[in-house]
Amino acid sequence: MKKTANYIEKSMNVIFTICGFLAVGFVILITGFLLVSGTPAIGKIGITDFLFGTEWASTAQPPSYGILPFILTSVYGTFGAIIIGVPLGLMCAIFVAKMANDKVSRVVRTSVDLLSGIPSVVYGLVGMIIIVPLVREVFNLPDGANLFSAIIVLTIMILPSVISVSETAIKTVPKEYEEASLALGATKTETVFKVIVPAAKSGIITSIVLGIGRSIGEAMAVMMVAGNVANMPGLFKSVRFLTTAVASEMSYSSGLQRQALFSIALVLFVFILIINLVLNLIVKRERQ
Amino acid sequence: MKKLMSILAVVALMATMVTGCGTKDEAPTSNPTEKVSGTVATDGSTSMEKVIGYLSEAYMEENSDVKITYNPTGSGSGIQAVQEGRCDIGLSSRNLKDEEAKELKGTVVAIDGIAIIVNPQNPIADLTIEQISSLYKGEITNWKEIGGYDAPVVLIGREAASGTRDGFESITDTEDACKYSQELTSTGDVVQTVASNPNAIGYASLASVKDTVKAIDVEGVTPTTETIQNGTYKVQRNFVFVTKKNKELTGAAKSFFDFATSAAADELVTEAGAVPVAR
Repeated sequence: MKKTANYIEKSMNVIFTICGFLAVGFVILITGFLLVSGTPAIGKIGITDFLFGTEWASTAQPPSYGILPFILTSVYGTFGAIIIGVPLGLMCAIFVAKMANDKVSRVVRTSVDLLSGIPSVVYGLVGMIIIVPLVREVFNLPDGANLFSAIIVLTIMILPSVISVSETAIKTVPKEYEEASLALGATKTETVFKVIVPAAKSGIITSIVLGIGRSIGEAMAVMMVAGNVANMPGLFKSVRFLTTAVASEMSYSSGLQRQALFSIALVLFVFILIINLVLNLIVKRERQ
Repeated sequence: MKKLMSILAVVALMATMVTGCGTKDEAPTSNPTEKVSGTVATDGSTSMEKVIGYLSEAYMEENSDVKITYNPTGSGSGIQAVQEGRCDIGLSSRNLKDEEAKELKGTVVAIDGIAIIVNPQNPIADLTIEQISSLYKGEITNWKEIGGYDAPVVLIGREAASGTRDGFESITDTEDACKYSQELTSTGDVVQTVASNPNAIGYASLASVKDTVKAIDVEGVTPTTETIQNGTYKVQRNFVFVTKKNKELTGAAKSFFDFATSAAADELVTEAGAVPVAR
């Protein structure tokens, strides 16, 4: 009987090991695939023409493959979503963690969880039907599908991760800090902004980085509200993100155009990689 | 010992599952009197979804042993899939390019009228191809220049290399010259956007035009089945079945191909909102 148990133990060990390395395997596979399929086009187009070219016309004769409009759009869009979303999310987190009573904070927390579970296509649909016409009316524009609408949708999409991560960070701030501050005569607002927020700084920064990751990688929702024309970005111009550039043309593409789309995916992958590295650095520093 | 046995049983089961996935459908014989069976894989144009849906449903009702699959990937992908032998029949909503026609054969199964759509609030009811062309090239930027309200023109189009965009741009001679304010990835999105913006103009398959938008006359011709079939309505394109030149279809695939290109399919094509080929 003992022998059998040993067998099971050993075979399960093997199975666990395989499963453990599965994730690593996928990362290696995807990285390898993107490098192999993404580099040829960059070589053919030329890295400066590709990264800093301002015109994308993949089906024109002759085609031009400059992705600077996409890179800038993704950066601006993400930046805009962070500028609006982080203060909103942070204040919501403070409300949930410190201000609201148990009942109210439970309702808010459930809504936030629900918000994070909504598929991105639903965000896109709502954006397309409500936000786009609204932006058109409010700003008196010919068309509401532009960078601004995309920023609004992205802001709503990053809220859940910003809120839940900052809330956790705020909750881990020792109660004594708060009590000391209040005892010294500081008001509740002063305590929140001068004691709790600085003490929870690294958690809040983590939430920002997560928000950046989420918004730079989002494709479906922004595809439905941004207009998808390869313009250099402007707040009220129809724009195309790195993600949507890949998604919108992939299904029909061929030849160099398809390879260039893989190269865009590679650029996006590098962006995400950098964001993750930054996140890891923050987490490491926090541990120290 | 019991546990070991059960583990062995699970492993054996998994092994059979893996090999089970690997077996392929036997190629059916092409004897016409024999009942056909097997799988017919079609792959390609998203615009052809309705047509292929109606055709395959009707065909499978008659031939219950045949399963027709449809993979909506887009014309380019469909053509590529045939080339690489990943499907039996490729679906393309544009005619084959010269380089593609070297190896592949295209058979027109239906015609798609591309309707030019505007918001119902827009008073414009008739445009010439030239006017449409200058609208999309950005030469006309206000509706009042062609008799509409004093409002900016908002050009809605499809993503680069979409079959509909390719069809529209080649017919209106606006290739790579369109000043789109939105490039959307599906016909439904175009209809939805035009319906929600009073200044928008877009293009979509006649089959997908709903009451929420207004399909305008082109050169005085209303887009209908008759005007598309007899060619008087100019903005139209072909729905094409793509097959390999050097490899004849066999069995179920051949049977389905013959069915789809026969007169019996006309009614189904009409039901699907496209226009049958004039015979």
